[in-house]
Amino acid sequence: MPAAPPSRPYDAMPSGGSDFFTTRLENLVAWGRKNSLWPLPFGTACCAIEFMSSVSSHYDLARFGAEVVRFSPRQADLLIVAGTVVDKLAPVLRRIYDQMPEPKWVISMGVCASSGGFYRAYHVVQGIDEVVPVDVYVPGCPPTPEELMFGIIELQKKIQSGQLSRDTRSARFAASLPSLPTP
Amino acid sequence: MSTVAPGELAAPAERLRARLSTRFPDPEVAQADLPTIIARPEAWPGLAAFLRDDPEMRFDLFLDLAGVDNLRRPGRPSRFEAVFHLLSTSRNEHVRVRIPLEEGRPGLASVASVWPAANWFEREAYDLFGFDFPGHPNLKRLLCHNGFVGHALRKDYPAGQRWMCTEDDLMVPEFARRESEDADHFETVVVNLGPSHPATHGTLRIVARLDGEQIVEAESEIGYLHRCFEKMSETHTWNQVIPYTDRLNYCSSFINNVAYCKTVERMLGIEVPERGAIVRTVLSEFSRIMDHCVCIGANLVDTGALTNFWYLFQCREEIYSLIEACCGARLTVSYARVGGLSRDVPGDFVARCRRLLDSIPPLLDDVDKLVKKNRIIWERFHGIGVVTREQAIAWGFTGPCLRASGVGYDVRQARPYDFYDRFDFDVPVHRDGDNFARYLVRMAEMRQSLSIIRQALEILPASGPVDCPDWHVVLPPKQNVYHDMESLIYHFKWVMEGIPVPAGERYEWFEGGNGELGFYAVSTGAGRPYRLKVRPPCFPLMAAFEKIIIGSKISDAVATLGTLNIIAGELDR
Repeated sequence: MPAAPPSRPYDAMPSGGSDFFTTRLENLVAWGRKNSLWPLPFGTACCAIEFMSSVSSHYDLARFGAEVVRFSPRQADLLIVAGTVVDKLAPVLRRIYDQMPEPKWVISMGVCASSGGFYRAYHVVQGIDEVVPVDVYVPGCPPTPEELMFGIIELQKKIQSGQLSRDTRSARFAASLPSLPTP
Repeated sequence: MSTVAPGELAAPAERLRARLSTRFPDPEVAQADLPTIIARPEAWPGLAAFLRDDPEMRFDLFLDLAGVDNLRRPGRPSRFEAVFHLLSTSRNEHVRVRIPLEEGRPGLASVASVWPAANWFEREAYDLFGFDFPGHPNLKRLLCHNGFVGHALRKDYPAGQRWMCTEDDLMVPEFARRESEDADHFETVVVNLGPSHPATHGTLRIVARLDGEQIVEAESEIGYLHRCFEKMSETHTWNQVIPYTDRLNYCSSFINNVAYCKTVERMLGIEVPERGAIVRTVLSEFSRIMDHCVCIGANLVDTGALTNFWYLFQCREEIYSLIEACCGARLTVSYARVGGLSRDVPGDFVARCRRLLDSIPPLLDDVDKLVKKNRIIWERFHGIGVVTREQAIAWGFTGPCLRASGVGYDVRQARPYDFYDRFDFDVPVHRDGDNFARYLVRMAEMRQSLSIIRQALEILPASGPVDCPDWHVVLPPKQNVYHDMESLIYHFKWVMEGIPVPAGERYEWFEGGNGELGFYAVSTGAGRPYRLKVRPPCFPLMAAFEKIIIGSKISDAVATLGTLNIIAGELDR
């Protein structure tokens, strides 16, 4: 197979006269997916408040095509885990992840979700990649809306590159967990 | 103002002893920061009823139950203690009851029938300390999941020991297991709300049995954000706890910072300079406005009014900018330190505040205009979620929810701290106790906060220190640390050992965003807290929620939950 041209659908549109352009189907699909992410905010704690700031008027996440916030996992393709996940909540998080249709991506917002943060404690999951695979980790406690947006842009790059597989290390880890029930 | 001389408290403790001895032979009443009754577990039910009902006692509001494990605490013969804090709303007086408990199976009779608010506090003590409460209606774990083994706040429990939770360990209420049909009704349905539900604004879970749309039975489950604040605070130095306090009520972090720091300052007997104290007041009041903005904004979103959310978040964004200019963080500020603030405010602080004082009222007016005469809001707020005055006190309400039920208890006026006694402000009170009353009280409080800020800016000294100049407590200036041996030593001791808080215990209470925010701290003289218990204002609110919503529609339950303002971080700690 010949090498694929770089995926730039906008530039592929000729400037004069002609009414067609060529691209690969997967590029077009990826372009559509990355610009219409439907996030499900799994907001548990402080980060959820910053997520609210991100979607409200001042920062306006809509500029990146990710403003259709869905609270039903069946309608979402981006899971934003915003806040600390504790052991009691871990099965709930897994169930919500399992209920989302493919393709789906996960952003871990904040250090608590990424690594447990400074809660090295008896009831806190030390990073949600114990439970679900993660695509983008956004550090910060909580991350500012700009940082979250940067995370979403990074995820868009990942989607556009066609890299559908998630972080293999955490995916392997999640798969190795013995007793997580799948509904 | 900050430290209370022992002589001042002698009078209430003496009165207490005199009154108790009419009923109990030889009562033990100690002098401490609060008058403290020391009782045996057998005497507790009778004592509790006496404290609540006696006309000279009238301790009608159950504030807090803190367990203490004395395993590594010198000078205490018993292994455990149950420490109760009670408030008399009519006499504005606090009292502490300490009940020593033996190792083995520590237990004392449940007082959930005396103060309904005690129900969840006892469940928490059962969960975290393994105390037994005979007579408790529903004694099971509250914060930790059911797969948890052991009792996390005992001193011999390792802080990092986790237990795996599976879906089988999640709570299923008793009524959900029962047969769902009865003779009089069609089939009823059990509905699960949460813990990941847009209307719960956090990780709460409510399981309700519906008859049609009406809730006939409900049980709520919390602990989905139990981040072990109290265990973490025992493993960190006094100042390292400040970032953890941010994350209790993360909608108004700065109030938590200040409340915690003031508790420690009063244990140390130090005083923050005037400029520092007034800056704290200004930013606390701005934080209160932010807290109410989130509460009202999110509540109105649930009832379908999205526009207000944008207006109120605009207000928050502008306050964020001010706080960011002061300390660099927007939400979790960690700006206060024991003895002052982490740094001075920027030069244009007053000008920025004044700009905010001009820009916030129009936003509030806009919201009021959209809401007050709105037909939908009227239908969903008026007469919905009614809490009477008696119920509010029995359930342990404080803050805006208590004031919306007709009790004008506000810590800023009941026991003024900082400079609140020098400001002229009202405590908004409403009698209806419904959702609309809670909305109105919060809106009025925001305007009062603006008025307090305006007055505080008038008396804010233009310059001067914000930290108390006690280098045992406050970090010395960084330049001195590099050039001056003495400062280097203070710096080293501060960082490596923590500040030396004198041994003792103290309960201090402040007006948080949604009620009386109390800190009960026990020190053994080491650089870290021996025990730190938060009295979270929304804990009793959430405990009462399952009772408020009985008989209302499921959609009204959502509106009611919003007006109570439950912040999961503070609820579960």
